[in-house]
Amino acid sequence: MLYTLLCYNKEDVVWSWSKEEDDAVMSRLNVVHEKLVKEGKLGPALRLLPTTTATTLRAPDMVIDGPFAETKEQLLGFYVIDVPDLDAALAIARELSAANPTSVYEIRPVALYVPEARPNAPKDRVKAY
Amino acid sequence: MNQVIHDPAWIDSTLTAARPQAVSALLRYFRDMDTAEEAYQEACLRALKNWPRNGPPRDPVAWLILVGRNATLDGTRRRNRDVALPPDEMISDLTDAEAPLVERLDASHYRDDVLRLLFICCHPELPATQQVALALRIVSGLSVAQIARAFLVSDAAMEQRITRAKARIAKADVPFETPGPIERSERLAAVAAMIYLLFNEGYTAGNDPARASLCDEAIRLARLLLRMFQTEPETMGLTALMLLQQSRLPARFDSEGEVILLEDQDRVLWNAKLINEGVALLDKAMRHNRPGPYQVQAAIAATHARAAHFVETDWAGIDALYAALERMQPSPVITLNRAVVTAKLHGPEAGLTMIAPLEKALSGYFHYFGTRGAFLLQLGRTGEARADFDRAIALAGTPAQAAHIRRHLDRLIQDAG
Repeated sequence: MLYTLLCYNKEDVVWSWSKEEDDAVMSRLNVVHEKLVKEGKLGPALRLLPTTTATTLRAPDMVIDGPFAETKEQLLGFYVIDVPDLDAALAIARELSAANPTSVYEIRPVALYVPEARPNAPKDRVKAY
Repeated sequence: MNQVIHDPAWIDSTLTAARPQAVSALLRYFRDMDTAEEAYQEACLRALKNWPRNGPPRDPVAWLILVGRNATLDGTRRRNRDVALPPDEMISDLTDAEAPLVERLDASHYRDDVLRLLFICCHPELPATQQVALALRIVSGLSVAQIARAFLVSDAAMEQRITRAKARIAKADVPFETPGPIERSERLAAVAAMIYLLFNEGYTAGNDPARASLCDEAIRLARLLLRMFQTEPETMGLTALMLLQQSRLPARFDSEGEVILLEDQDRVLWNAKLINEGVALLDKAMRHNRPGPYQVQAAIAATHARAAHFVETDWAGIDALYAALERMQPSPVITLNRAVVTAKLHGPEAGLTMIAPLEKALSGYFHYFGTRGAFLLQLGRTGEARADFDRAIALAGTPAQAAHIRRHLDRLIQDAG
């Protein structure tokens, strides 16, 4: 079974960390990351850029600023895509939205990407569903 | 959560983050800046005592406002009129002591409070240096000593500057009612200008860490503004601009603290995280199709950030952006900057022609003579170039600027010898 850990935090506080404070947190996290890599348990991990960089697409084609703030919908999954800019990201979100019109897509740039480190990842991925 | 709260750095950054909202709400309540600040200080002291013991409150801002207000109200008459408040040691233990207050402190209220606070700091009657000093003191909560160090003046002089600014504002009778949409957008522009001023104060200061931290503070304020006005493209543009400029910090100075020109900077040292955030914000701003000077300047900075090497710089794109900026905000300084780009595209003669009419307007500006000297040098007119470099040194604002021109001059003398 694959598990997703979603990281929630007080953004006001995180973005008022000094560089030293931020580095200290990241180095504490890196100790955990390295341990998980050694144990072959770390899947892809991401740190997102702040919610102020977020854009939301709501079907049919309503693009709004800001993070996804509606509480009616719950987070049910996420994609990671590699595109040059926001317009390209929105184009993909539109395709997904067309396929799944009741869903809402928040587009958030990624600040840190740690790739899959588990040795037998592909097999597990098939098993997961 | 209990484990986190024992980390004093967490409390520290929570208090820093809560400060603008808490102080501005207290200011609205007490209508006096000094009282509001003292109330906030008192609340912080109690937080430092309480939070490690009782755990963090659900809403730190509401806790600080409530405790700050509670601690400051002294006259019995006033206290009798208000609802009795629980002792603050109890607040974190009560399941939902903050809830009624939180309900009243809705987001738009906070937003107008903070905007009012920022606006008070950039009151048009205050000179720019006092605006920045006041913002650092009131909004950021830097100590007078920290601000004095950043501005290279004595503690006493800075104390006086801030006191004078406060007195001037008290006399000007700043209105406390909620600003309407038009006022709000006017204020937003004034606040944005003040934040950029603060950033430039740090940016031009060279590599002195005390002053360079002004850049971080300006970015923190811009983030705050951006969270309040999430759909304002110019606020996105301003934040993007500062993030992109700040991303170059690790490459801007050599080990002796001298300026390294953009063309000589080691781009590997540029901070990729800041660049990504800046570019993402700019991208988002441009989708609004409401361009403004900050967005255009951010776009210029982003064009540099996108080039892996100086030789790959898209000069034609930058020239077009400068032309747009000139139309939006005509100024001799912008024309001067554009001339540098034009010279890259069409040679130094074109640059020289472009800046010739600016001499009168920019006769006190060190960059004008530095730039003209560089054009003349490229054209082989070394005697005239040397005279211009001499004038630039005389007008330089910082030792780093003077040293930078002096190196040009040294090279010139070496080549001549």
